Amino acid sequence: MYAGPVQGLIDELGRLPGVGPKSAQRIAFHLLKLSKEDAQRLSAAINEVKERVSFCRRCFNVAEVAAEGDGDALCELCGDARRDATVVCVVEEPRDIVAVEKTQEFSGRYHVLQGAINPIEGVGPDQLRVRELLSRIEGEGITEVILCTNPNIEGEATAMYLARLLSPLGVKTTRIASGLPVGGDLEYADELTLGRALSGRREVEG
Amino acid sequence: MSPSRLYRDQGVVLRTIRLGEADRIVTLVTPGHGKVRAVAKGVRKTKSRFGSRLEPISHVNLLMYEGRELDIVTQAETLDHFRTIREDLDRMGRAQSLLEAVDQVAQERELSARLYSMLVGALRSLAARDAPLLMGAFFWKLLSSEGAHPLLDHCATCGAPEDLVAFDLVEGGALCRACRRGVPVTPEALALLRRVLGGGLAAALEEPAGPVVAEVEQLATRSLEHHLERRLRTLHVLDRSR
Ligand SMILES: [Zn+2]
Ligand SMILES: [Zn+2]
Repeated sequence: MYAGPVQGLIDELGRLPGVGPKSAQRIAFHLLKLSKEDAQRLSAAINEVKERVSFCRRCFNVAEVAAEGDGDALCELCGDARRDATVVCVVEEPRDIVAVEKTQEFSGRYHVLQGAINPIEGVGPDQLRVRELLSRIEGEGITEVILCTNPNIEGEATAMYLARLLSPLGVKTTRIASGLPVGGDLEYADELTLGRALSGRREVEG
Repeated sequence: MSPSRLYRDQGVVLRTIRLGEADRIVTLVTPGHGKVRAVAKGVRKTKSRFGSRLEPISHVNLLMYEGRELDIVTQAETLDHFRTIREDLDRMGRAQSLLEAVDQVAQERELSARLYSMLVGALRSLAARDAPLLMGAFFWKLLSSEGAHPLLDHCATCGAPEDLVAFDLVEGGALCRACRRGVPVTPEALALLRRVLGGGLAAALEEPAGPVVAEVEQLATRSLEHHLERRLRTLHVLDRSR
């Protein structure tokens, strides 16, 4: 335990994802050593992001707030009329949108769940933006939902859960394929990935 | 200070948490080293050589470096990835409850060959067939191996051999009509429970879904939660009612 403000900083840092008590201590002492200007720039950046950025009222992507007090912003992608409003790609976090956008393979809209089902950590569908997704299906005339959650146990559980929820709504539901990373060697592939790549194989035009 | 040491063991991945940019801390139950917590470096990268091998439920052969607090996974080789469990939401949910229960019961660095083989057996069974009684039966077997074997043939209070109508979590057994407290229990559920714990497990797992199976499962859950002095999160997060 340290004197008041230092411990306060360590406690705050320790609440960040992936930061344990030891890392919190290390970052706190790094911050203590910063020049006043550097420290103020960091705190100003945090303040600015809290003031000017919120979550998109439609898809929960990050969205810039246009005017002061405008809490109901639309993100850049939702505001783009050229994008296909009938297809929605469901992701866990806004950073996943960035990854999908880089592929240039998708021109529909997104929906950010803000997490994934993680029973062992007590995170269930109620803590995610699932209800909001369901209300979008009818409201926006969505015909296809692409489940683009992470290919790990939490993401798979989330995708299966959503698929079950969506199937009675008559909307086409697809899951991104699992396969081998391009540029890698087959012999290093794990059995589950290679197995799925085999069952998801497609015909090659001769 | 002893130098870090390389060791081999098998394990089932119980849970993982993200660490730093691309790593995870993986919790495993092993026969030779008990519950082990180890760092899997780079495992979240799509080109990680671990791939899916260190995801929860995976049954793996391991080569590990022993560390002071956390070990380090240097190699992992799949023994079984239980694909049929992973691709079925209900089975995956049940598997996670098995993993959570084992995670709660297992002690770090303590031999746990029995616990390990019970879990591997239950996962194999779940992968082969989604038996309605599997999770409840596993919880009972787990309690029994923890020394909390329930008294089923006589009243836990007065010893009466008949008219057993209730089950008391504190006494850990059935109670007769005169001594009854706790939760009511049917003779059919007691009979099924005797089969589960008395060497008739394989046959008991053939039992179709129904009120008796549900009763045995509910009693198992309550007893295990009482024993652990905490709730099992995985049971309450997803509504898995059939
Ligand atoms: Zn949006
Ligand atoms: Zn009695």
